Amino acid sequence: MSSSAIAIQFLNGLASASSLFLVAAGLSLIFGVTRIVNFAHGSLYMLGAYMAYSLVEYFGRTPLGFWGGVMIAGLAAGLIGAVLEIVLLRRLYQAPELLQLLATFALVLVIKDFALWVWGPEDLLGPRAPGFDQAVAIAGRAFPEFDLLLIAIGPVVLGLLWLLLTRTRWGTLVRAATEDREMAGALGVNQAWLFTGVFALGSLLAGIGGAINIPREPATLGMDLSIISDVFVVVVVGGMGSIPGAFLAALLISVIKAFCIGIGEVHAFGIDFSFSKLTLVVEFIVMAIVLVIRPWGLLGRPSAVARGPGTVEDPLRAPPRPLLAFGAAMLAILVLMPLLSDAYTLVLLGDILVFALFSVSLHFIIGPAGMHSFGHAAYFGLGAYGAALALKHLMPMEAALFAGPLAAALGALLFGWFCVRLSGVYLAMLTLAFAQITWSIVFQWDTFTGGSNGLVDVWPAAWLGSKTAYYYLTLALATAGILLLWRMLYAPFGYALRAGRDSPLRADAIGIDVRRTQWAGFVLAGLFAGLAGAVYAFSKGSISPEVVAIPRSVDGLVMVLLGGIQTLTGPVAGAAVFTWLQDTIARNTDFWRATLGMIILVLVLAFPRGVTGMLRRRFMREPA
Amino acid sequence: MSALVVKNLSKAYGGVQAVDDVSFSVAAGELLAMIGPNGAGKTTCFNMLNGQLAPDTGSVEFEGRRLTGLAPRAIWRLGVGRTFQITATFASMTVRENVQMALLSHRRRLGALFPVAAHQYRDEADALLGRVGMRDQAERACAVLAYGNLKRVELAVALANTPRLLLMDEPTAGMAPGERNELMQLAADLARSSNIAVLFTEHDMDVVFTHADRIIVLAQGRLIAQGTPADVRADPRVREVYLGSLHA
Amino acid sequence: MKLTQRIVAGAVIALAAGSAHAQVKVGELNSYKTFPAFLEPYKKGWQLALDEINASGGLLGQKVEVISREDGGTPGDAVRVAEELLAREKVNLIMGTFASNVGLAVSNLAAQRKVLFIAAEPLTDKIVWENGNRYTFRVRPSTYMQTAMLIPDAVKLKKQRWAIVYPNYEYGQSATRWFKELMAKAQPGVQFVGEQAPALGKIDAGAVAQALADAKPDAIFSSLFGADLQKFVREGNLRGLFKNTVVFNLLAGEPEYLDPLKEETPDGWYVTGYPWNEINTPAHKKFREAYQKKWKDYPRLGSIVGYSTMQTVANTIRKAKSAETEKMIEALRGMEMDTPIGPIVWRAVDHQSTMGAYVGRLARKGDKGVMVDWKFAPGDQYLPSFEQIKGWRKE
Repeated sequence: MSSSAIAIQFLNGLASASSLFLVAAGLSLIFGVTRIVNFAHGSLYMLGAYMAYSLVEYFGRTPLGFWGGVMIAGLAAGLIGAVLEIVLLRRLYQAPELLQLLATFALVLVIKDFALWVWGPEDLLGPRAPGFDQAVAIAGRAFPEFDLLLIAIGPVVLGLLWLLLTRTRWGTLVRAATEDREMAGALGVNQAWLFTGVFALGSLLAGIGGAINIPREPATLGMDLSIISDVFVVVVVGGMGSIPGAFLAALLISVIKAFCIGIGEVHAFGIDFSFSKLTLVVEFIVMAIVLVIRPWGLLGRPSAVARGPGTVEDPLRAPPRPLLAFGAAMLAILVLMPLLSDAYTLVLLGDILVFALFSVSLHFIIGPAGMHSFGHAAYFGLGAYGAALALKHLMPMEAALFAGPLAAALGALLFGWFCVRLSGVYLAMLTLAFAQITWSIVFQWDTFTGGSNGLVDVWPAAWLGSKTAYYYLTLALATAGILLLWRMLYAPFGYALRAGRDSPLRADAIGIDVRRTQWAGFVLAGLFAGLAGAVYAFSKGSISPEVVAIPRSVDGLVMVLLGGIQTLTGPVAGAAVFTWLQDTIARNTDFWRATLGMIILVLVLAFPRGVTGMLRRRFMREPA
Repeated sequence: MSALVVKNLSKAYGGVQAVDDVSFSVAAGELLAMIGPNGAGKTTCFNMLNGQLAPDTGSVEFEGRRLTGLAPRAIWRLGVGRTFQITATFASMTVRENVQMALLSHRRRLGALFPVAAHQYRDEADALLGRVGMRDQAERACAVLAYGNLKRVELAVALANTPRLLLMDEPTAGMAPGERNELMQLAADLARSSNIAVLFTEHDMDVVFTHADRIIVLAQGRLIAQGTPADVRADPRVREVYLGSLHA
Repeated sequence: MKLTQRIVAGAVIALAAGSAHAQVKVGELNSYKTFPAFLEPYKKGWQLALDEINASGGLLGQKVEVISREDGGTPGDAVRVAEELLAREKVNLIMGTFASNVGLAVSNLAAQRKVLFIAAEPLTDKIVWENGNRYTFRVRPSTYMQTAMLIPDAVKLKKQRWAIVYPNYEYGQSATRWFKELMAKAQPGVQFVGEQAPALGKIDAGAVAQALADAKPDAIFSSLFGADLQKFVREGNLRGLFKNTVVFNLLAGEPEYLDPLKEETPDGWYVTGYPWNEINTPAHKKFREAYQKKWKDYPRLGSIVGYSTMQTVANTIRKAKSAETEKMIEALRGMEMDTPIGPIVWRAVDHQSTMGAYVGRLARKGDKGVMVDWKFAPGDQYLPSFEQIKGWRKE
């Protein structure tokens, strides 16, 4: 790259950073104060873009029309955020940890279908910004005026936020709440309105971030999820709750991306390496490096835990007789199922069993071990690819079925070593980073993994080929896996995991090596997630990188939370309900995403302890 | 022979000397109280003894073995039990399970994947709970216990590895006055009957002067007095530090 | 007793399915929620064809039923949905899919379960070549074909230095690979001076446009589409990237991708696409009018694909006089039929239809983009030799 090319790419990075910073600052504020992992933040960004598009078309492409449209779209997003907080999230602050995440996930589904319903499926590219619709010459190249404007907007918003947070009483309260919630309580803050206010401000920033980008980026139905992982990365790299950190991280990541593109292809030592392709995953690599070196992000402070337990889990009791009887009856029905049902029911049950094992393995580390993994798909995917590749290159299917889990356990051994050194949201995001890095390798390595197409012809051995035979295999492996994992939680090892979660201080003081225990837990969870992945691969006959992708991890979280994180049976119930709902709703309604989202919202509001938590309370009459 | 020997312990934060050249020792079967006004360096000093904090200089020895540089869990394995100023128990477990955890860890059985934890060392755990008067609450969740009872559970947990040294950071903080003496009496009896060395910090002077065999006094990081309760009570420097708040 | 009932009922259904007068059930699955912009017109297309088929008496003497499903957009979910169509709905064949990985997964399932699968949209060459199988047929002109259709114009311009930009997944990678191979053959000495592979849907358009300009190419070959294309066009226009550099862009003339460009439509780009309002062959006029009458909307390329896929099903069953898999496969191999954009042949060698595409140049007309100077490129002229294909197909 020539020096002028470097200069221009630097400016490109700065311009991209601005909108990213706006959205990330909003997420960071919301997380800092409410400790909610807000998946719906990207949806407000998307709504901001759509609304701005419509408003600008309505007002006309004049400077006033454009900037008025952008501001009104931002304000509307802020209002929507406030309403969501009041109507929905406020009811969930006392719920078990991470449940708010489930609610925001449901919102993502609802808002996406809402946008489809209102604006239709076509991408909507906004007009160029009036007054900033040409390019100016910089370093002998044409550089868009609008990008220069964006470069200025980032620092201006940073400055305004800084003034707001340091020079107003409200800002002081926000900072106090970010640093220490009890202290904020002591200051006599009306916490409810503080939360609403922060949600409104955060959503406003997301809305403006989307609205201001319409000259550069069309409003599309995919932009919510596409931005949300980026802004989480920015917020975590910068340090949760730190606005300057978010600014710095947005700059860092955008500039690195621009340079990767600027460098393009490099030929060195006989190898071609494409930095352009690296943009697929570079932000996650940056995040992994930052978190390994600075466990609380660039400018963050220790102690950013995702929303702590609003309610403490009850002690683990031996399963009562009625429950054991119910379990035995269920198992008996499952065993008899091939006689009772059509072939498709077996296929659906097979999926449910696989996801039940997957979500039980995820629950193993996020529940009892208290390590919130957002990247559990890595181990599901390693299991699936491990099994498929072993079948293709090395061994018969019966052996490959167990090679997959081993590959997953090895992955967990490697990634877990780094992850257990962190806690809270930082740990969660590092697991996500590793999952994304795994995904990108699988996605890129055409000759080995089949790239984006994946691998086909991954069928079970002939004697397992019939639906009934494979169903019994799935039933046997999933049941065995789930029972083993549960048994481990009743065993001293499971208690040691919970000890490390309940009180690391006390655990250390009675001789427990918390990190090593967590690491072992990570590997065990990875092993069984890998088993689920291997069984899944052979049940489908083909796999592609989606088995490692973020939605797979999120689905796992949703299943665990839907069923109830504080019970052992919850993840199984959650997997069954979620998979069955998805299958049924997708078949019977057009707006199946919104329907699914609404059902989840109803379940979350009605049973904040999850489906099984509710059942347990109702039928066991346990003391509160 | 002294169980715990502390020599020339120092720790500074920024420019502030939190603990400054402190030396003392505790003998087996002896109850030593560490007192001092707020900010005197008691907690810092304590955390250097139990491995949570590394001293800048100085050494801590337990039965002739150096503790400095060891992690809390390693110090515990050498036979040092402890309780926390703000109780630290496993909230999602029952009272008995909390004690069982310490017993399992002591026997190095926590890696076991298949036996049922709740069936392990049940009687031993109940015996320990009996000693602190919590036997009848063994099935209750720690999360729902009254604060005073949590302190008792902590004591039972601390006794699970048959320690020869017990470190108790404000063992009676947050308890009702009647409870305080009861708990300290319990600790004192246990220490004497099992020949355990006990070091504790305490704000309640009544508790200190009733139960301690010896007292050391910290002020601004320095050890300004030590001796029997009677010696310390008579010490003019101690009176000065406490500005007469030390009611005799 | 219940069990016996079931067995008897099952036997009756099996017998019924074998008889010639059973109703034809077509299983359809697609990623309607993942790619709505392309797939809503597609759905309207096959629904129109279905109406016409049933209005003219259906197939095998009965009305045809299409059971359409959302496939969830992932191979795993799509395979489950296909299993449902086969096991529960007992469909005679399946059709649909959009993304390459989903198409390949369903194709592989079809081979495993020995069911006919007519892949509508997937562009991947592998579905008929490397991973081709007896049970899978594909409607739309593939990545190879559409790339090959642009080669003659590219060669004519005699540009030396080519830069390439493509979405980083199978479709973009294959388009790039074929373009380089075919150009190197047709124009020895051609140079490829820069390659940008942004992640699908996440192009950093300013930086990419700049990097391409810095490579100082004479021409650019792009396979971007959708939001990536819009961003790239906007930034390229602003930064003057296209002033002296001619661009070839696969698919960019399809209304799905061209229409959102509006007044930003770049002049003079060579594209493949579908100039729906200018094609006035009788077949197309008839189709367009029927479509607009039924849907009060104009057809997109997806509409053509959907319509032709459904027509393929009808023609196959008519020719086979049966909805049995093996008979349908035999009928379909080498079958000739009409589509709104011309006659096609279902090649026996690789099960690819010879559907063509329109090649032309982009222009701005008012605040809309249109295709000008277009001509129809028949699919059969843009396919590799039989020997090559036989080498790829492992049959």
